[in-house]
Amino acid sequence: MKNLIKLLSIITLICFTTAQSNSAEIAKFLKTDWSFKGVFGKFDRGSLQRGYQVYTEVCSSCHSMKYLSYRNLGEKGGPEFSEAEVKAIAASFEVTDGPNADGEMFTRPAKLSDKFVKPYENIKAAEAANGGAYPPDMSVLVKARGGGVDYVYSLLQGYEDAPSGVNLDEGVHYNKYMYGNKIKMASPLSEGIVEYGDGTEATVEQMSKDVTTFLMWAAEPHLEARHQMGFKAIVYLIILTILVYLSMKKIWSRIEPEV
Amino acid sequence: MSDHEYTPTSKFGKWFNDRLPLLTLANHLTDYPTPKNLNYWWTFGGILTFCLITQIVTGLTLAMHYIAHADMAFESVEHIMRDVNYGWLIRYIHSNGASMFFLAVYIHIFRSLFYGSYKSPREIIWIIGIIIYLLMMASAFMGYVLPWGQMSFWGATVITNLFSAIPFVGEGIVNWLWGGYSVDNPTLTRFFTLHYLLPFLILGLVVLHIWALHVPGNNNPIGIDIKKPSKDTVPFHPYIVIKDGFALLMFMIIFAFFIFYSPNILGHADNYIEANPMVTPAHIVPEWYLLPFYAILRSIPDKLLGVVAMLSAILILAALPWLDTSKIRSAVFRPLYKQFYWILVADVLILGYVGAMPAEGLYLLVARVATAYYFLHFLLILPVLGFKEKTLPVPLSITESVLGGSPNLATAKNKESFDK
Repeated sequence: MKNLIKLLSIITLICFTTAQSNSAEIAKFLKTDWSFKGVFGKFDRGSLQRGYQVYTEVCSSCHSMKYLSYRNLGEKGGPEFSEAEVKAIAASFEVTDGPNADGEMFTRPAKLSDKFVKPYENIKAAEAANGGAYPPDMSVLVKARGGGVDYVYSLLQGYEDAPSGVNLDEGVHYNKYMYGNKIKMASPLSEGIVEYGDGTEATVEQMSKDVTTFLMWAAEPHLEARHQMGFKAIVYLIILTILVYLSMKKIWSRIEPEV
Repeated sequence: MSDHEYTPTSKFGKWFNDRLPLLTLANHLTDYPTPKNLNYWWTFGGILTFCLITQIVTGLTLAMHYIAHADMAFESVEHIMRDVNYGWLIRYIHSNGASMFFLAVYIHIFRSLFYGSYKSPREIIWIIGIIIYLLMMASAFMGYVLPWGQMSFWGATVITNLFSAIPFVGEGIVNWLWGGYSVDNPTLTRFFTLHYLLPFLILGLVVLHIWALHVPGNNNPIGIDIKKPSKDTVPFHPYIVIKDGFALLMFMIIFAFFIFYSPNILGHADNYIEANPMVTPAHIVPEWYLLPFYAILRSIPDKLLGVVAMLSAILILAALPWLDTSKIRSAVFRPLYKQFYWILVADVLILGYVGAMPAEGLYLLVARVATAYYFLHFLLILPVLGFKEKTLPVPLSITESVLGGSPNLATAKNKESFDK
């Protein structure tokens, strides 16, 4: 019994430490308190809405988000824009639809069911417009990088002048959190590049945090439901385990006092 | 098998049972005499059955929504994660379930190694177990390819390329496996087919594994043959059922923790990048449960010999009942073997660690030493130990060992010190 607990806890510990050490990167990531971490972690609704604004006004000119639909913006556990707001957001984008009865393609305002409009037709077009580097799709970006949200949050604030001795080619920038320190994306955020509707000051740090929160939700839209269900499931399992343990003690006491 | 004949009480039951003895089977399974001193290391058989069934049920559900096509696989997984009702839950159970399955199987295997469960008359159970383990690895590997992320694609490329080490026909075999000249859509569809098939083969083998187990009955922590049924045994139901159930619930709590709070911690971030044949990831690493063998593979400079060493590392286990020459089963009564056992455990953990590191410098050196020791353990230490080792006196029955009222007071104490 004691052995089992010991073993299982050791294994859990090993899993966590190795996973953590695997994700350790060159520079220590900047830390911030994410509201969605932990057993009861939830997204900060305001941050998600501001993050969406940063995404649309800044990132979306190069980065697609092809697995998200406009309807997601109004769903529970997300930015939770009102239905009218989401409809207005969708309608501000043009999508190509068709063919119609005449066999012609046509454009119309986007609907809730449409996927986020992509900035480029295809990967080649995206590369051509960005000096040969493809701006990655952002739908699951934070899950696709070691370090996750901390990495993205740090990267956005990690632009510096290159130290002496580091030669940068045309169109390449220095970022202390980037793998190899060289990145084709120019520093995307600058003080006041967006104007938040809720009066929050749009510092680089604030925008980084907001947009990273938004990206976390985009990658894990059911995170809140997962955390809530997890708590219930584990409490249920613990109660059941105690009951089964007591039953076991009782049943085994017929044979011998000690199991 | 239980010795007494079983007759159903009801008339219909008797009529049915004469034609298909399902009730006799059910009776056998509930009455099955089990050593009463089994510790919690023995609960992992039941836990593994749970893991297999969980994987099959969640896997079937995922297969209803997954699309096995190179252009759509990644997207269909995202569809499951976003739009399928509780799709995220089913997928996270399935992906973490694979890790939990291996965690349990490693404990199960190492329990067997400690208590000598592979020895006569249980060789067939053991060998079926090794086949199950091999199929599990094949299944898990192919399952990891299905989301068609970067690690899926490049892992598949690296592993299938191992076959090219075979002289003369290697290249041909690799092309045949791929169904083309690189890992591509035909590879994905056949991997999906096999990933769907193998778990059912495993299920069949599990039935054989349990059947073969029920002939001699369970081994036990003191490793002696016991009379069945006797005061050394308890009926499987309710005693073992409730104990297995309790251990399973503890296991499920840890499982749930991974699913709900760290669902991606055991995976690699690169697998959330869609497969791209033009971009090779910086480090291609397999899932954690394959790392020790990956380390063995990379520790040999020659490709063919590396593959041979890796396969031998698994297949050598099948010869274990004959490599271990000791007549005593349980390590409790084998003071020297017990030490070598823990060295082997450490050796495998070290291999796993260096398997995750780049194969260079100190890591490579450690991997080579650990690989050499792994084979040394099975090929030299075990056979010699059986002849040289001075074993402790073994109690005649479980009751004697538990009560300690025998010439073996010291051994009874010894056993306790391991249990506590």
